[in-house]
Amino acid sequence: MTHTWEHTTGGPLSSSVRMARFVAHGSLRLDAVVPPEMNAEGMQVLRRGLPDVPYGSPVPDAYPKGSFARRLLELPVVAGALRSLVGPDPTVDHHAVHIREPREGQAQPLHGDAIIDVRTDAFDVQLMYYPQDVTLDMGGTLSVPGSHLRRTNESDTGRYQNLRGQSRLVCPAGTVVFLHHGLWHGGRRNDSDTVRYMFKIRFNPTVRQRRLWDTSDLADPRVAEELATTFPWYEPATGRLEIYNRVLMWRALTGDDTFDLDHWVTRVSNRPQGEAA
Amino acid sequence: MTIRQQVLVLYLATSALDSDVVGWSAYDGTGRTSPTTGDGDEPPYRSGVHALEDGWRLFQAAQLIPPYPGREYDVSFLKHEFFFERLVETETGSGAGELRRGRLRSAP
Repeated sequence: MTHTWEHTTGGPLSSSVRMARFVAHGSLRLDAVVPPEMNAEGMQVLRRGLPDVPYGSPVPDAYPKGSFARRLLELPVVAGALRSLVGPDPTVDHHAVHIREPREGQAQPLHGDAIIDVRTDAFDVQLMYYPQDVTLDMGGTLSVPGSHLRRTNESDTGRYQNLRGQSRLVCPAGTVVFLHHGLWHGGRRNDSDTVRYMFKIRFNPTVRQRRLWDTSDLADPRVAEELATTFPWYEPATGRLEIYNRVLMWRALTGDDTFDLDHWVTRVSNRPQGEAA
Repeated sequence: MTIRQQVLVLYLATSALDSDVVGWSAYDGTGRTSPTTGDGDEPPYRSGVHALEDGWRLFQAAQLIPPYPGREYDVSFLKHEFFFERLVETETGSGAGELRRGRLRSAP
């Protein structure tokens, strides 16, 4: 049985500038890309819950044609972004409906999902779909931009309550966010009277993640600008190491081993072997 | 009257106590407040010294540990962590601690 999903789907691929932004931030946010009628249906689907799927299921096996989740993934803007990140025919690692109950009193500790995952030449993405408007007091997902390359395990970061420049998600209904697997995040305390729903799907790539997006703008100067982004919570010294690690990730994604930002990698890799004349 | 401890953790931009706050956490032994993850975007103080000036007492500072050989370019936890305390008089214990100890943590 052939489980090819890709030939039936398409959508606008991400630009290099957008991919560079993902490499810097560790996330890609698409506001209100799911239409209102689907969001209304999505609320019903999430309230009922979805059965588990076996780890590593091809999308057509996990989500039959016409199902809500399948239609969500086939929205052109969602399909294009997903393909740009993990390529054609990713498998579904797992999915979950996350519910933050009203006045529940406590937030999740800041964490990365699964276990420490230090791959430098591959990554999973987690799609997070919000079917309803999320206000600040509904406890929208907390995430920490630029934390995805930190080598920490699950909730060992739970001691960190707030970091400067953190993102406390407030979004319109129909918003989809893709997270790099390593991004620090957590469900915030819901201080409202409204139940908040979120549907998460983790995807594993099945191809090498190299130049999977629209690379026609690879030389755009905004690529380097995005990759050089720094965040207010970075200690300045460690922030330089973040840039170093981002350069390595961009080299892996593009196959360009000469790419650098401000000489950070080139300088510390320079070991000339030639003898002086 | 009973004494209870309030704890403030500040993460600073460098190992210097007068450098800027980049992250923070708080724990309240009086039970009057319940600080939690993602409950604010503005740091309580600009620097560690500003916390001292407001009466917080430093009781622990992160050591300066050389990078592990071969892992010098890795990024991981925040490095410059400072623990402060403030002792507060309360009429009685709040009793909230028992409740919190019994609560199950929700799955990530």
